[in-house]
Amino acid sequence: MIPEAYYLALSAVLFTIGVVGVVIRRNPLVIFMSIELALNAANLALVAFGQRHGSPEGQVLVFFVMAVAAAEVAVGLAIIVAIFRLRQRLSVDDLSLMRW
Amino acid sequence: MSPIPAPPVVLGPLLPSLIVVGTAIVVLLLDLLPPRASKAHLGTVALAGLVGALLATLRTWGSGGRAFHDMIVLDDYALFFHIVICYAAALIVLLSMDYLRRAGAESGEGYGLILFSTAGMMVLASANDLIVVFLAIELMSLSLYVLAGLFKRRREAGEASMKYFLLGVFASAFLLYGIALVYGATGTTNFDRIVVAVGAGPRDRLFLIGLGMLMVGFGFKISSVPFHMWAPDVYQGAPTSVTALIATGSKAAVFAALIRLLVAGLRTIQPDSTALLWALAALTMTVGNVVAIAQSNLKRMLAYSSIAHVGYMLVGLVAGGAPGAGAVLFYLLAYTFTTVGTFGVIALCERAGQEAVEVRDYAGLGRRHPLLALTLGLFLLSLIGIPPLAGFVGKFYLFGSAVRAGYVWLAVIAVLNSAVAAYYYLRVIVYMYMQEPEAASASLAPSFAGGLALAIALIGIVLLGVMPAPFADLAQAAVAPLIR
Amino acid sequence: MTEYGTMLMVFAFAAVVAGALLGLPRLLAPRRLTPVKAEPFECGKDPLGIAEGRFAIKFATVAIFFIIIDIELLFVWPWAMLYRRLGWFGFIEMMVFMAILMVGFLYIWRKGGLEWE
Repeated sequence: MIPEAYYLALSAVLFTIGVVGVVIRRNPLVIFMSIELALNAANLALVAFGQRHGSPEGQVLVFFVMAVAAAEVAVGLAIIVAIFRLRQRLSVDDLSLMRW
Repeated sequence: MSPIPAPPVVLGPLLPSLIVVGTAIVVLLLDLLPPRASKAHLGTVALAGLVGALLATLRTWGSGGRAFHDMIVLDDYALFFHIVICYAAALIVLLSMDYLRRAGAESGEGYGLILFSTAGMMVLASANDLIVVFLAIELMSLSLYVLAGLFKRRREAGEASMKYFLLGVFASAFLLYGIALVYGATGTTNFDRIVVAVGAGPRDRLFLIGLGMLMVGFGFKISSVPFHMWAPDVYQGAPTSVTALIATGSKAAVFAALIRLLVAGLRTIQPDSTALLWALAALTMTVGNVVAIAQSNLKRMLAYSSIAHVGYMLVGLVAGGAPGAGAVLFYLLAYTFTTVGTFGVIALCERAGQEAVEVRDYAGLGRRHPLLALTLGLFLLSLIGIPPLAGFVGKFYLFGSAVRAGYVWLAVIAVLNSAVAAYYYLRVIVYMYMQEPEAASASLAPSFAGGLALAIALIGIVLLGVMPAPFADLAQAAVAPLIR
Repeated sequence: MTEYGTMLMVFAFAAVVAGALLGLPRLLAPRRLTPVKAEPFECGKDPLGIAEGRFAIKFATVAIFFIIIDIELLFVWPWAMLYRRLGWFGFIEMMVFMAILMVGFLYIWRKGGLEWE
């Protein structure tokens, strides 16, 4: 039996990698992959906590999160496709028509 | 292998949101049928669905219920927000019937997505469980990300959509991790049982970290400083009627969940969160107002102004308890009326190939179109908080609740901020009435739908300003179920 | 350790099956190489070009539809595992879910999302 703390440590590390990825990467696709990593870190934490409490809520929530993440991927890809059709290249640095 | 007993299916408390979802599906299916050239009838169907949901909501007032193991609670509190949200969405559909057609972007998916996001907002208002909060926020946000990019040919639209999407999903990740930690610390995601778990045990560090991450997620969604960066770009780039929905409906819904969590779910740890909310409120309104002064684009200016208004509403959350929450509810009602109207006038002034979104585009509007200028002027005066309009009464209740709860300094900061805000709102009015137009422009003749939307919003702010008592009582009655 | 033992058995079984499928043709089948056969397999895409070349944007559109229809399995799988115990209630629930999903599919289809050109 792997101790619960290991799962939580791994989950925290994955979440941190995801957040750092969002901050330092420039390609929207890679940023998006980092966000997905953070979501999956949360999933891991949910499953581990579900084990601790012996209740199914954590695992049920993971199912919903996976479905929502798939919907997010679909919407994200659709937006990227729409932008790409308009300007033929892709980087967050290009998204600077509007500045305060 | 014993059979699993079927759970009771109680759909009553979901009825208003189910009507909206059903209408959305009907709109999508009708979109596939002829006539293909005109989509005007879809707007009418969407409007009928929202009015139906509004009627269903009004009928259930005072006799709500619970469903799905207390995950959904339809109390008067949820019904109050249902009314605000349905009302805002109906006006926005009316505006879209005028605005999207002129922009050549009227489409079935546009109306369908407005309805889907409205349904998400309504479920969010009656969510009593963190799982439902997450699902409802996602339903609302995913529809709004697409709506922000509805004008596929405009480069700003893609940019707004992309920024909204990336930052919104990032915020959702924080929200979800916060939910996971709160679940880990308390063993439940239900608000009622979280109260019990937190009240019983000692302060848990895991729980506080989770709560902090939840606040980051909520902060992004209501665009409070320092999580506000997305708001100006999205407000500017999105179609104006969609901007109105993002500014009113989505904010009201997220506030609904936030208040339910803070006031009902976490009342035992109120002292801990108050200091944090105090700082957030002061920072949000000051940054919003100061940066708004520097804006020349009207939609961008209103984005910063809406950030400032979020700061005012956070003042009510600092005051806390029933008076504070009731004041926030009343303010949300007034703010929704006013903001939908303001963006409505902007939408009507936009013409194909000529986006009247710079403040100087409004020069001489008072002479060119006195009625429209008067309407915009009244909405702006309500945003400043000039009596006898809705904004004044809202601010009065909010700041009054803060003073009574002993947060005098916060109330002083809020009043000073309101004075600063008057400057940039009045500048628009000065442009409308005291400047000559730069060039002769086409006459503005709002269609019936657009005019109707503005008229309803205008009646709303005057009514709320002249006789606020019944509505304030309604708001207080709505928060009563939270404080048992 | 028993749960890991089961997983190890699955891995071992997979290795044996995959190895057999790769190894048996090498022993049994005749080897006649044609230029088409020698090409690396690329899912219908022309394999020649620079390594960092771009995919046609159309692949992304298909991927979007695939994800949406694919993730439904997440909910169908547990339902299928408990199909008999859930009884009629589970059946009707799943049919409602499927019906809503089919509305989406109909929408994609009629809107021309499945056309390649």
